[in-house]
Amino acid sequence: MFILFGMPIAQILLFGFAITNEINNVDIAILDQSNDVETQKIIYKIKASPYFNVENQIDKESDIESEFKKGKIKAVLIFEPNFSKNLETKKVAIIQAITDATEPNVANTIANYTSAIIQNYQAQKKQSNSNQVKVEVQTRMFYNPELKSVFNFVPGVMTVILMLVSAMMTSISITREKELGTMEILLVSPLKPFQVIIGKVFPYIFLSIINAIVILTLGYFVFKMPINGSIFLLAFESILFIISALSLGILISTVSNSQQTAMMLSLMGLMLPVIILSGFIFPINSMPLPMQVISNIIPAKWFIIIVKAIMLKGVGIQYIWKETLVLIGMTTIFIAVSIKKYKIRLE
Amino acid sequence: MKTILFIIQKEFKQIFRDKSMLQLIFILPILQLLILSNAATFDVKNIAITFVDNDQSRDSRDLINAFKSSTYFKVTEPHFSEKEAVEEMQKGKTDIIVNIPVHFNRNLQKEQKTSISVSINAIDAATAGVESVYVTQILNTYNQNIQMQSKYFSENKEVAQNIMVIPSFWYNKTLNYKTFMVPGILVLLVTMLTLFLSSMNIVRDKELGTLEQINVTPIKKYQFIIGKLFPFWVLGLVILTVGLVISKVVFDVPMLGNILLVYGFTSVYLLLILGFGLYISNHTETQQQAMFIAWFFIVIFILMSGLFTPIESMPQWAQKLTLLNPIRYFVEFIRMVLLKGSGFSEILNNLLIVLGFAVFVNGMAVWSYKKLN
Repeated sequence: MFILFGMPIAQILLFGFAITNEINNVDIAILDQSNDVETQKIIYKIKASPYFNVENQIDKESDIESEFKKGKIKAVLIFEPNFSKNLETKKVAIIQAITDATEPNVANTIANYTSAIIQNYQAQKKQSNSNQVKVEVQTRMFYNPELKSVFNFVPGVMTVILMLVSAMMTSISITREKELGTMEILLVSPLKPFQVIIGKVFPYIFLSIINAIVILTLGYFVFKMPINGSIFLLAFESILFIISALSLGILISTVSNSQQTAMMLSLMGLMLPVIILSGFIFPINSMPLPMQVISNIIPAKWFIIIVKAIMLKGVGIQYIWKETLVLIGMTTIFIAVSIKKYKIRLE
Repeated sequence: MKTILFIIQKEFKQIFRDKSMLQLIFILPILQLLILSNAATFDVKNIAITFVDNDQSRDSRDLINAFKSSTYFKVTEPHFSEKEAVEEMQKGKTDIIVNIPVHFNRNLQKEQKTSISVSINAIDAATAGVESVYVTQILNTYNQNIQMQSKYFSENKEVAQNIMVIPSFWYNKTLNYKTFMVPGILVLLVTMLTLFLSSMNIVRDKELGTLEQINVTPIKKYQFIIGKLFPFWVLGLVILTVGLVISKVVFDVPMLGNILLVYGFTSVYLLLILGFGLYISNHTETQQQAMFIAWFFIVIFILMSGLFTPIESMPQWAQKLTLLNPIRYFVEFIRMVLLKGSGFSEILNNLLIVLGFAVFVNGMAVWSYKKLN
């Protein structure tokens, strides 16, 4: 019993503090072939930025390969020889940013950060003759002005926990009765099948609701995640999602005949799709079109949209009724199919 | 030895008897590898952006067109009031609102300077950061263009100094996410499958009562454990093989390193995972409990493996914690060997750590198994 509550709490705390998809503290190395005033200034700038951690200087280009193979250094910045001189005379000086692109996301971000730092540096230099025509940008970050990644992760982790706990626990506990043969005893009793199922599922509804409350409380107090919208709406949507996960669990239990099969379907079958296709970690808009279409069948996707909308955007039901309807629709389908399958088994 | 072979034979029969289970064991990982690898991309593309153009001038339209011609953005219908646009953002129809003020054009011509305000939906902080970089990039080009035009008319023709940053992406020139994700997802699938199956295995015998029957036979504990786990070890390697073939044929993942090295490492790694599963199995009474605990650890292992989120950005204590995460070492290893062609000496460290863990965990598992009986 303790593990049922303790584990989700441990997870949300761990992930809330530890996981971020921002990129900083990247270890890089520098190969400075000119070592003059200009390059020193730029290196100083780079060292001062929170994104990079200048690990060491290397002396020759042939060392790059071995550094990358060791896996610690993620990028090497190469300043061409005669950097200052080229900048003065040719008006152009070149910095090569060689990145280890086995992690494309990190590589791309490093390249972007480097050019941003250099642009800044140049802008500061130019300040003196700054009466050039230009459009300035004032950027405002909506809903999450401090850009905390935990705002994205709390709804995500909550969804993963609710989805898997509910679906896994119900499917395994119902198939357990089947496997041990006690299901037949229950079925010959005067209880109607749906009463048996509801009786079996009810403790898990209760449990999941408590889990949801604990997670939201932690999010609110520990991670300072606002709840801008109506808390009742949030509660309603959470219960709806829990029910849809449970009914998915029931569906799984009706099609599987052993706990192992139920486990394969609910854990192996659900875990990665829920993590990857729900928009929890990877933005859905950026996926190729077929993947965007497939992501629609993942209930978790809709719940994450709803939770973010209520908690962070503070909107009411008029903005999320479509997502809510989709969840209701899915739940109905899960239940309908389970009832159908279930009856076949009885005859 | 002969006894072990008999148990192994029995276990294989048990696995192959349950046809629906067998199908799931193979179909689920393969299907997921094929589908999910396509979805796992951090590329930020198709960003929905909308404009509130209060100026309606040639310059403001030029600016909008600059965004339209970019491949990153998907420009939606312009709005006439900020309020309307914010409404769209609340509905989730747009992620960026660019507000072009009245007199944008006039200020630009007369005072040489004007500003636009950009509002970004920042719930996903990392994406918002990238989006903001893209907006700035487009604006920089736009600025350069209008500066060129104005220079053309002025006498000040001095060329500005320019430091160019030329990025080059090694090992993955086109920044293809698939070569990065496919080996990682394969690792996850192999780990999940073997851990779940092994942690459910002995507890199942316990639950059904057959464990006691086996305990009264002359079979020794170690024979029983080896016999139980060996089939999953084989299964893990088979899934790995199928996965590697798919990676090569479907996703064209480069395999620069020695493939034997991959098998060697995986063999040791699977021992670790199976030992862990056995340990869970020993300490639980029902399959349900075993599953819940296995689930708990797998979620932590996956999210803290450095596959989806970079380890470097975690706080120090969390980085230390990832040192205990077997998936982390496997993900690091398979990337080093497949994508960078690292050799034995470079991966030795990872191999030794995994070997150490494997010995430790299996020791614990065998010890706790004896204790229970």
